[in-house]
Amino acid sequence: MPKCEPVLLARVGKPDSASLATYQRDGGYEAFKKALKMSPEEIINEVKTSGLRGRGGAGFPTGLKWTFLPKNHAGPIYLAINGDESEPGTFNNRILMEEDPHQILEGIMISCHAIKSNTSYIYLRVEYGKSYRVLKQAIEELYAAGLLGKNILGTGFDLDIYLHRGAAAYICGEETGLIESLEGKRAWPRIKPPFPAIEGLFRKPTIVNNIETMACVTHIINRGADWFKSMGVPPDPNNPRDAGSYGPKLYCLSGHINKPGCYEIPLGVTSRELIEEYGGGVPNGRKVKAVVPGGISMGFMSADELDIPLDFNGPGKAGCLGLGTAAVVVVDDATSMVDVLFNCARFFAHESCGQCTPCREGTAWMQKILWRIRSGQGELRDLDLLTEVAGSMGIIPGTTICGLSDGAGWPVKNAIQKFRPEFEEFIKSGKKVIRHAEELMAAAH
Amino acid sequence: MPTVTVNGTPVTFGENEKLNCVQAAQRAGMEIPHYCWHPELSVVASCRMCLVEVGDVKPDGSVAMQPKLFPGCQTPVKDGMVVVSNSPKVETAQKATLEYLLLNHPLDCPVCDQAGECGLQDYSYEYGRGYSRLDEPKNLKPDKDYIGEQITLFTDRCIMCTRCVRFTREFSGTGELQVINRGSKEEIDIFPGEPCDNKLSGNVVDLCPVGALCSKDFLYQQRVWWLKGKDSACAGCSNNCSIRIDQNNDTVYRVVPRPNPRLQAGGHFMCDDGRFGWKYVHSENRLTQPSGPGGVTDWTAVLTGVRETLVKGAAESPKRVAAIISPWATVEEAYLLCSYLKGLSPDIRIGLGPVRVVGEDDTYPKDPAGRPVEPVRFTIRAEKCPNRRGVEAVLQHFQGTILQGSQLVKAAGAGELDVVYVLGGDPELGYSDDDVAALSRVKTLIVEDLLASPLTRAATYVLAGGSWAEKDGTIVNHQGLAQAIRRAIRGPGDARQDGRILSELAQRRGLYHATTVRQELAGVVPALAALIVGDLGDEGIDLTGPAAPVATLQTAGSSN
Repeated sequence: MPKCEPVLLARVGKPDSASLATYQRDGGYEAFKKALKMSPEEIINEVKTSGLRGRGGAGFPTGLKWTFLPKNHAGPIYLAINGDESEPGTFNNRILMEEDPHQILEGIMISCHAIKSNTSYIYLRVEYGKSYRVLKQAIEELYAAGLLGKNILGTGFDLDIYLHRGAAAYICGEETGLIESLEGKRAWPRIKPPFPAIEGLFRKPTIVNNIETMACVTHIINRGADWFKSMGVPPDPNNPRDAGSYGPKLYCLSGHINKPGCYEIPLGVTSRELIEEYGGGVPNGRKVKAVVPGGISMGFMSADELDIPLDFNGPGKAGCLGLGTAAVVVVDDATSMVDVLFNCARFFAHESCGQCTPCREGTAWMQKILWRIRSGQGELRDLDLLTEVAGSMGIIPGTTICGLSDGAGWPVKNAIQKFRPEFEEFIKSGKKVIRHAEELMAAAH
Repeated sequence: MPTVTVNGTPVTFGENEKLNCVQAAQRAGMEIPHYCWHPELSVVASCRMCLVEVGDVKPDGSVAMQPKLFPGCQTPVKDGMVVVSNSPKVETAQKATLEYLLLNHPLDCPVCDQAGECGLQDYSYEYGRGYSRLDEPKNLKPDKDYIGEQITLFTDRCIMCTRCVRFTREFSGTGELQVINRGSKEEIDIFPGEPCDNKLSGNVVDLCPVGALCSKDFLYQQRVWWLKGKDSACAGCSNNCSIRIDQNNDTVYRVVPRPNPRLQAGGHFMCDDGRFGWKYVHSENRLTQPSGPGGVTDWTAVLTGVRETLVKGAAESPKRVAAIISPWATVEEAYLLCSYLKGLSPDIRIGLGPVRVVGEDDTYPKDPAGRPVEPVRFTIRAEKCPNRRGVEAVLQHFQGTILQGSQLVKAAGAGELDVVYVLGGDPELGYSDDDVAALSRVKTLIVEDLLASPLTRAATYVLAGGSWAEKDGTIVNHQGLAQAIRRAIRGPGDARQDGRILSELAQRRGLYHATTVRQELAGVVPALAALIVGDLGDEGIDLTGPAAPVATLQTAGSSN
């Protein structure tokens, strides 16, 4: 695949890239001015035509989501921007926020015009201190320049953007968990219906979009839907539910890789291309054992599945949950999958919000079972138990409210299915691999 | 009529009726197990015990089922819908949920108060797998006896259904209880130094489907399988919340609210004043035997003396004979006394005893500053007596007007009365020292009451009556709902329920039987005609309903 000219990352790394002055010098806010001349319906149509799918993980078509808002709604409509980037391995939003906040803010302004919203909240995870400072500075610049506030550019369009810092929980990135947290409550995802587009933040119609999605909106308005659609992968004819994967995507490459980083590539690159052409291969001459396609909640692809394209449809063919955040984590062949899986399970046990029984208890149980296996006390039947527990929870079987537990179960199901011989061998060996530091940590919790 | 099929059984419901799958199944007499759902609380669908399969009947008659499971509590039923709660898929999910709920549960049933009426025990038996596959150590969580004055929390037994949290947020409005921590380390807790001490706090114990929240008052007092329950109504205020009195060996151990759609909040809740306010039943101060002049303590002798006094008084100067009936008396008791005395002489005056009013009606929810919030979901009545309206209806009929007892007390003080019969029942004496002094001036003071008091000490004849837990009868609440109270225990010593005392005083035939008297008075007192059914059922009978003559009772009941 030929390397393409970066668009989303075009200004990243340039001097003073976060300032309004350099952004406007590079043609910034022209798309917003263009959008102000368009009707909201025209913008929505343009975004729909582009085939833009949400970059936050689920890949829901953005333009379609916007049309779910009630027509001619009299009261306020809110746009909540999900900057709670918590999926392990994911850092694309952070780079955008820290290095080029104005393309995000421009996307937010265009989107607010499109959905007739006068208020937007950016929900930011508290760990992102620099993102907070840069965004805050950028928003202040916009108010000073008259690009935010009342009657923007004399068009009668009012818009306020608020920055809100969360208190560090994975679940705050879930659409309705985020809304609850924004309202100042415990981030327990809401039961649906009503969906946020009907009753969301403060019980008003609300759209929740991802940071990268907003950056894409800016460029779609700037360059047109056709430009966006010229990149990517058309719908899979064998999958009637696939809407196609268009546009550039920020792939976060990390793990055992020579050149980790965030790469902008049209959707549909394969893991092999990413690892070999962009990432410079696996260090120390080792081989790839497994690849996480899009954050650990998406599961694992084995070394045999590296040629599957990483578009919205591809990882599913390998039995993974989906593309997720396109955070590709490479695991080399010197790493124990038992350890990798334990680390995943520990993360989800820590991050389960605890609302639904299967997830609250199941995630913690899986962590306990894997701890026992790593302490040399495992039995072969534990693998079936793990698979059963992992399969029993999630929004897909309908046993939980949100998708966190699907994501908690998926790596377990994938790892045990694809690497079962390794797990069996480990269990039979009776080896204890728990380090003293881990034991101390577990005791402290 | 819209119809939903639950496990193959058609269930019809109203056009505008909103039912979820759990309620639809209940209507067909089937149970969809659930923990977090409660009819009076908001839906959170988080325990995942009520998972069901749902589908639709297609025009060609085939059934298309959805591929995933749905929480029955969150899923409204629609016409033509199919709900299945007993398929292998659902049963697998139920087993899984129960296994999860029991993973970290201590299984300390032998020392748990809830054992015997526990949602975990019942559902595990009915739907669970019978064993756990957990090989690892269970989570340990600290007990929290600081959580409230009346309640204590066994944290490790909790299944995180959050019913208690939602109750304090939505009903009491006080919001003391909350969830702390995350995932399997979650616990119910309070903000430090802000215990759950609102007047509705006892309800969280009932709401708790497991043994996590326990009543400090009831803790370790009795295994629930020894308790014998009797449906009754609370006498603590004019709400008359429907309750069940749980007793063993003539000792009341607790009262719990009993659902009743005719009462506020569906009868699911009651206040702590009522829940813990019945302790006078077992007071050491209870009257345990009758007494009369010359140290007589024999019922026959005392009643004969009382009867002779009354007959003589009525014959000689009936205007100098009076009676005061407490609003704690049942309708039957008021009727027995009125019909007896008015039978002796229509000139005998009968007044209504002290109606105790404490403060103002206390409404919930409240805001954090304690101010009431609309809409009101629960009210604790200021009128602290159970049957003013019932007694008034009887008095109105027999006398044409409601004479206040205070006027008779005044008359006694002025020396205008020779014989006064005080029918009490209020655990707190409603008579001041001056009142007692006034009543002491009559020649013969007859007091029928529960507790020894300055009034009983001043009396010529004392009749040891029964508390509300010891008698059968009818009480009418502030809104005109007549409910039956039932004799759950025997009184202490030789104390008798008042209906029996009055029945024997009036020399009626046979044993006192509340239903018989109730039907008799229904034929006599038009305002109470609806009581003719005799058996008032679980929900009671609305006397203000279209079947009852409204006017008379409404004049009788003035302030509410």
